[in-house]
Amino acid sequence: MESLDPVVLARIQFAANITFHILFPTISIGLGWFLLFFKIRFVATQQSHWMDAYQFWIKIFALTFALGVVSGITMSFQFGTNWPGFMNTVGNVAGPLLAYEVLTAFFLEATMLGIMLFGRGRVSERVHTLATFLVAAGTTASAFWILALNSWMHTPAGYAMINGKAHVISWMAVIFNPSFPYRLTHMLMASGLTVAFLLAGISAYRWLKNDKARDVVATLRTAMFVAAILTPLQIIVGDLHGLNTLKYEPEKIAAMEGIWDTQAGAPAVLIAIPDAASQSNHYELAIPKLASFYLTHDWHGEIKGIKAFGEQHPPVAPVFFAFRIMVGVGLLMLAVSWFVAWQIHARKDITALSAKILVVMTFAGWIALVSGWYVTEVGRQPWLVYGVLTTAQAASAVSAKNIATTLLLYFLLYVALLISYISVMFHLAKKAIYKNDLAEQLPQGVQHV
Amino acid sequence: MSEFGVNLFTPAGWLPLVFALVMALSILAYVILDGYDLGVGILLQKADDLSQKNTMIASISPFWDANETWLVLGIGILLVAFPLAHGVILGALYLPVALMLIALTLRGVAFDFRVKAKTQHQLLWDQVFYAGSLLASWSQGFMLGQFITGFREELNSYLFSALIGFCLIAGYRLLGAGWLIMKTEGPLQYKAVKWAQRSLWLTAAGVLAISAATPWVSSRIFDKWFSFPNVLMLLPIPAMTLVLFGVMARSLARLPIRLAQDNQYGTAVPFACTVGVFLLSFYGLAYSIFPWLVIDRITIWQAASAPEALLVIFYGVVVVLPIIIGYTIFAYRVFWGKATKLSY
Repeated sequence: MESLDPVVLARIQFAANITFHILFPTISIGLGWFLLFFKIRFVATQQSHWMDAYQFWIKIFALTFALGVVSGITMSFQFGTNWPGFMNTVGNVAGPLLAYEVLTAFFLEATMLGIMLFGRGRVSERVHTLATFLVAAGTTASAFWILALNSWMHTPAGYAMINGKAHVISWMAVIFNPSFPYRLTHMLMASGLTVAFLLAGISAYRWLKNDKARDVVATLRTAMFVAAILTPLQIIVGDLHGLNTLKYEPEKIAAMEGIWDTQAGAPAVLIAIPDAASQSNHYELAIPKLASFYLTHDWHGEIKGIKAFGEQHPPVAPVFFAFRIMVGVGLLMLAVSWFVAWQIHARKDITALSAKILVVMTFAGWIALVSGWYVTEVGRQPWLVYGVLTTAQAASAVSAKNIATTLLLYFLLYVALLISYISVMFHLAKKAIYKNDLAEQLPQGVQHV
Repeated sequence: MSEFGVNLFTPAGWLPLVFALVMALSILAYVILDGYDLGVGILLQKADDLSQKNTMIASISPFWDANETWLVLGIGILLVAFPLAHGVILGALYLPVALMLIALTLRGVAFDFRVKAKTQHQLLWDQVFYAGSLLASWSQGFMLGQFITGFREELNSYLFSALIGFCLIAGYRLLGAGWLIMKTEGPLQYKAVKWAQRSLWLTAAGVLAISAATPWVSSRIFDKWFSFPNVLMLLPIPAMTLVLFGVMARSLARLPIRLAQDNQYGTAVPFACTVGVFLLSFYGLAYSIFPWLVIDRITIWQAASAPEALLVIFYGVVVVLPIIIGYTIFAYRVFWGKATKLSY
């Protein structure tokens, strides 16, 4: 066990848990608002297909929510067990933010979920719609608090260090720290996009299996129009977020861009293999001066390279590649959503090819999301709280053996659950297809149960 | 609290006290609320058929998410209000905590998978639900045992904790059976009475074991209980516990006859009595341990965060907790009465 460094293991374990966890809240945040939209459309128009859409997607919402809750409970334990130094140093900041998340969001969403899932018929339609709204609001409030804390870890503000501990001077400055507005918007939009492609992917799957029920088509349309609007906005917000990062965490930008030497008129590196040993890129393909232009809005603007930061810089390759994956998926989303939205608008229908593309992209949002989080989190290393506390300082004294054992168990569990989650989702789609087939075969006037 | 060098009239004195209280109440709420739904999970495999299983699950489905949130609040307060103790306690309990988390995860997702997965997998998810409930309960009991024995790394302490694990399974089973007696009808309700009868004595044994063991862990706790006049003042706790067990035994003996006559009178008695037993045991335990978070090592004041941070959370708790309790009661009222088949 000597070769296993407890800090590295603690990081892998935490990364595995938080990566698994973030997949589900991302869907529940966005899906909660889509469900509210379906519900409101139903109440307003009394067209039953909106309720069909609601009832299909609420099943997936419940499943997603459950996975989010249980993996979230794991997180609440691991904050302390894996990173005791975190609470000891910045507990006065992190503690209240986490407490407010539990108090204002967790109870609200969990309690209202019961009414949203099972309460129809027991409460009035209005109260049921209100419960749906409160669940969506609860998931979003949760994102607000946790992103306030996460952003503070990147751009700490509103505090003073006294005897090695952070003390809050201004809560407004803590919560609305410099990177918070960008990160929150970026994340909420990511959630919306992830769900839009999920809705479109599953609907396209049903469409391809010849289930062209009105709720399937309506869901697909809604999802693609939302994606067509959100994707370009997301690209703009992402760019603004990047400029904010350049100001507060320039070494992260240097790693994202793969720029080793400080230079005026820095090129935009499209592809390369960054090599930490030689501090240079291999097989580089770059467009001259472009990075300086989009980062500083000046063709000759100076960009700091990684070498300028000495030892205190993040590992370049993971940040560099994760960033390209995120941007790549984002551009793909832009192309697909605009193309399909145009198809729906112009031809009133989609083609088999675009349906197949949508099925392949069902979980595209997850890929972009996780890559994006790796960019920002790995990009902050070696810091846990930028300029205040390093990850190594915060690590725990739990033995490598204990961490390794539990890590293996968690890992197996997560893989099994992820497979179950995805296969159950498609199974639910198949069940819905089967039900609609049956309904079509029945002669007119016969009610099916 | 002058013996601990604490002035309760300063924020650094009263805030930790308030948070210890809120934390204790959250954990108590968790134990009772998730206790009954874990108990129903433990009993699941004893059902006659799928229809009974579905009714059992339907009786807890609308609540379990929120029930588990009390655990997040309890642990959350330990983390944010008493970070020093959080590290010591959860560090010592690292493996049982991991076991509990995996069990709770499996059980939580099984709720959804059991109705949504392919038919041939549904039985498997029922087994996962049962096993997860059982394992989560046992590990919580094990942790309680470790906590009471002050995290001593001795064989006796481990054996005692393992035993408490089984007693807590019985306790949750009793809560779950009581819940089912209250929330179901027909053959299932009748079966639930039998399940409760079988859990009764092991639960009593667990309460007895904890009560007997705690004074011997620390001479300070011993003195607290057995010095005069404390012993007289504290006598009502065991006495009332005994009465509650007696009432419960009598009620469980009579219920089958009443149910046969289609008389639902008194079906809430076993559940109410079990909740009473949990409340009293919890109170007794809290009395023994207070003001220590780790027995004889860390007090609530030593472990507490800075008063300024606690004060910010305190405002939130004062405003939000009553609202939470309000809508929780609302949710229970919406699903009041006998459980009906639920789907969405």
